[in-house]
Amino acid sequence: MTEILPFLKELISAPGLSGYEDPAANIIADKWRPLVHEISRGTLGSLQGLRRGTGKEPRPSVMIATHMDAIGLMVTGITDGFLRITRVGGVDVRVLPGTPVNVYATGAGATVIGASRAATSTGEPNVRLPLPGVVAQPSAQLLPEDARDGPVALEHLFIDTGLLPQKVSELVRVGDLVSFAQPPAQLSGETLTGHSLDNRASVAALTVCLEELQARPHVWDVWAVATSQEEVGAIGAAGSAYQLRPTIAIVVDVTFAKGPGASDWSTSPLGKVPTIVIGPNIHPALHKSMKELADKLEIPYTLEYTPSHSGTDGWATQVAAEGIPTLVIGLPLRYMHTAVELVALKDIQRAGRLLAEFIAKLEPDFMDKIVWDK
Amino acid sequence: MKQLIQKLTETFSPSGFESAIREVIKQEVQPLADEVRVDALGNLIVRKGAKAKNGKRIMLAAHMDEIGLMVSHIDENGFIRFSSIGGIRTGGLLSGRVQFTNGTQGLIGVERDLFAVKSPTFSQYYIDVGATSAKNCPVKIGDVAAFKRPFLELGQRLVAKSMDDRIGCVVLIEALRALKTSPHELYFVFTTQEEVGPRGAATSAFGIDPEIGLAVDVTLTGDTPKSKYMAISLGKGPAVKIKDTGMLADQHIVEWMCSTAEKKRIPYQREVLDGGSTDAMAIQMTRSGVLAGCLSVPCRYVHTPSEMVDYEDVQNSVKLLVALISAPVNL
Amino acid sequence: MPTIGNAQLKLLEKLCNACAVSGDEGEVRSIVMEEIKDHTDEVRLDAVGNVLATKKGSGKSPSTSLRTSQSHLRVMLTAHMDEVGFMLVADDGEGLFRFETVGGMDVRQLPGKAVVVGREHVPGVIGARPIHLTTAEERKQKISLDALRIDIGPGTTKVKPGDWATFATRFQRSGPSVLAKALDDRLGVATLIELIKHAPPEIDLLAAFTVQEEIGLRGSRVAAYTFNPDIGIALDSTPANDLPDWEGEENITYNTKLGLGPAIYVADGSTISDPRLVRWLAETGTASKIPYQFRQPGGGGTDAGAIHKTRGGIPSISVSVPHRYTHSAISIARIDDWKNTLSLLQAALANLSPDLLATERA
Repeated sequence: MTEILPFLKELISAPGLSGYEDPAANIIADKWRPLVHEISRGTLGSLQGLRRGTGKEPRPSVMIATHMDAIGLMVTGITDGFLRITRVGGVDVRVLPGTPVNVYATGAGATVIGASRAATSTGEPNVRLPLPGVVAQPSAQLLPEDARDGPVALEHLFIDTGLLPQKVSELVRVGDLVSFAQPPAQLSGETLTGHSLDNRASVAALTVCLEELQARPHVWDVWAVATSQEEVGAIGAAGSAYQLRPTIAIVVDVTFAKGPGASDWSTSPLGKVPTIVIGPNIHPALHKSMKELADKLEIPYTLEYTPSHSGTDGWATQVAAEGIPTLVIGLPLRYMHTAVELVALKDIQRAGRLLAEFIAKLEPDFMDKIVWDK
Repeated sequence: MKQLIQKLTETFSPSGFESAIREVIKQEVQPLADEVRVDALGNLIVRKGAKAKNGKRIMLAAHMDEIGLMVSHIDENGFIRFSSIGGIRTGGLLSGRVQFTNGTQGLIGVERDLFAVKSPTFSQYYIDVGATSAKNCPVKIGDVAAFKRPFLELGQRLVAKSMDDRIGCVVLIEALRALKTSPHELYFVFTTQEEVGPRGAATSAFGIDPEIGLAVDVTLTGDTPKSKYMAISLGKGPAVKIKDTGMLADQHIVEWMCSTAEKKRIPYQREVLDGGSTDAMAIQMTRSGVLAGCLSVPCRYVHTPSEMVDYEDVQNSVKLLVALISAPVNL
Repeated sequence: MPTIGNAQLKLLEKLCNACAVSGDEGEVRSIVMEEIKDHTDEVRLDAVGNVLATKKGSGKSPSTSLRTSQSHLRVMLTAHMDEVGFMLVADDGEGLFRFETVGGMDVRQLPGKAVVVGREHVPGVIGARPIHLTTAEERKQKISLDALRIDIGPGTTKVKPGDWATFATRFQRSGPSVLAKALDDRLGVATLIELIKHAPPEIDLLAAFTVQEEIGLRGSRVAAYTFNPDIGIALDSTPANDLPDWEGEENITYNTKLGLGPAIYVADGSTISDPRLVRWLAETGTASKIPYQFRQPGGGGTDAGAIHKTRGGIPSISVSVPHRYTHSAISIARIDDWKNTLSLLQAALANLSPDLLATERA
């Protein structure tokens, strides 16, 4: 069993919706602090850890970006004690009815269980006891005619906390966040299921990489970045890429694993990792280097094709400032954006080790050797 | 302030063609500013104050452009076809009065029988300026028009076209006027091309490179018959935006705005908007990122020729903005 | 004085026959580098594959105002090297490959077409079910992308998923017209090459042959950030939807028309052109007796959409050669329209002074 499991389980048990990543950021910061030389938060919330390389200054740098934010819901209002909701990130409304959730209430009457650890002094976020609830789908007669049969739209769903309306008004405010309440569970074949594995599984892979690098010298500087707000437009990655101006960027994100309803060309099997992406978002020289390394190490990777948008932070890093050569690698994951996402733990380990290997092998003149066309 | 609102809302400046409204606003702010400049995309940038030790560089943005129509074709009988500038609601077009930036006025007609049941598509509308041929038509391809409606006072409620976002511009002007002291280096930016982007906010923010960005724009309400649900009403105070379709306001900015309002006993509402965004979205994405938020003026009937705000909400918006920028910011 | 003669038409032919789908622009990039290498002060490739070339102005700046009398205007001209096309995504065996489209394509343009795949231009076809095997009901529906395959023939080893493909169209002349694929934007690329070869000395010419315009104006965004010019001009090719209306009514949504000259943009879906630049181009056309038209405002986008929003804002405009049947196997343009586009740009750039930007944007 892998040692990354306790960290990953703790990480996906914490909230950290897009724009409100502090709880996740704090856990990651605690884990990374002994593994990097410096740690800080970017303006838009990304956690940025620097491992200095051994090369002569000025050293080239590689930024590894894995987003730490998760999708969820937000309270837009209260009607008779029931919470009205909107989505934060790409939530499929069809997986919502009957789903257990946690409401992170911030009203004056909500319980505070103490200040949380902050990575740097960006303020004092309070951790509130979450209120348990369920996403309620009203019965047909309470819905408009044309909304009774098919999936019920978000504007007609509520969250019921079981509390009485008076109490709800004291505890809950417009803007409060709601995440899935599904606890992590280990399934057969060394797999892990839970919510927010998109993309905390990749954060775990990056953590494995940092652990490996403790014993491997590397010439290049390494920026390990747990980006914010990827699910709402790669906002954190754009800001971090602009601020840090790395020489190259490698984005690690989950990708579609083969499974029920997902078997076509855009899906990849568990166990053959990582996926190495090809497409306009990817610098061909970086793809080639990673692929050649994986071939040399006899790692059973998969090639992943993205004809245009890669759907990841890489779309932002590639066009930051004067442009940053970008590579995207993927971790296959089933049931993406549900409360029961599924990954293989060995895949996380393998991806992390390959990343470390790639970084350790980066030579000082790698960029000079890049040839676009023969 | 009502006269100022009338003056601004009765000016014709669709996105990309803001020179008329820029002149009007320049007259108002010139005597109050430390520095006034216009940038490459036509943004009007007013600087006030210098940064004290505990101060920040703060950018305030209200967009001065409005939605409008652009001529795409003039047929042989002088009828004018058009494309939209910004989010024009097809439903609000019929019989609308418009005015072009060259002064020409007209009305909007439609191809089908006016009493037909099926609602016409956008391309079935045309503008009639009274011309009888393409040759004697006083406008040409590329000319732009906005809706024409006079400003109206209905007790506490004010109605005009382009409340979105001339009311935001008024709030900025009045805040600048009411400001006594501030530890901050303040930029009051009257932005261009928000309705087609935002575009002006992105470039002006890049030029200013602020630490904090606050947009002042309108937001929708949920207080009219069978409206889409929204927990915002006229008359309950300015809204502190937490989220809209384009961005999540920085949580510390939201906290700062709410606690300031509470401290100063200014009524306010917490806002989550499902549909639309503001200049704050563009400001947030500038360079390495900017802590951004938005102060919203609740408004009914947004993007129709008759948009309605509550006068007390507007006054409280000014009060809240002045309170925010007068004191040191602890985020 | 630049002109469109046989040499230019031969270059256009070479460019149109080359295959360069968004993300795989190498073949066109190589042609561009070869053509311009002896005509620039500096040329390099950037992080996303754009070709960035500069040619500094010489002689005195034509400014008449004291405020702006120093130095030449830095004018960025872009033309995008990429075309819409296909990427192979799965090997179904027996030479059949699933594929996805890259850039906006009408799926109805695909069945029954010849294609070429990869750097070696391996020939293939996108077939369709024989009509004999179809039902009347079925023929009322579009053939979906899911149902289409690129067929290379069985037993191939030359082609694999990840390869890009384009229509196999070969460039042809027909009277006053050219028939080719990728006139959008090889016309722009060819025009920019000519302008570099005959660079107007009144300006600092910053040329960007951009990548990935068709999937989001991505190359030009990066190029504009790097160059940070005073003015941006996108050279593109825009649709002429000037066919007859089905009811015999006046066609009022033609966008542009063949034969009326270069199309000057007032506004499209991505940019509201700087009115000072619109006036400058229109006045140049009138004064130099070069025909031009205004592209109808509305949807669509060009590299100007990214350029004008870069950094602190850059006054920008687009100029296009009109073409029919955009993003399909065969597009048609008039050689005269191309000639007049080149003439208009050359004349305008020669009378471009920093005074133009001295007034506020309208």
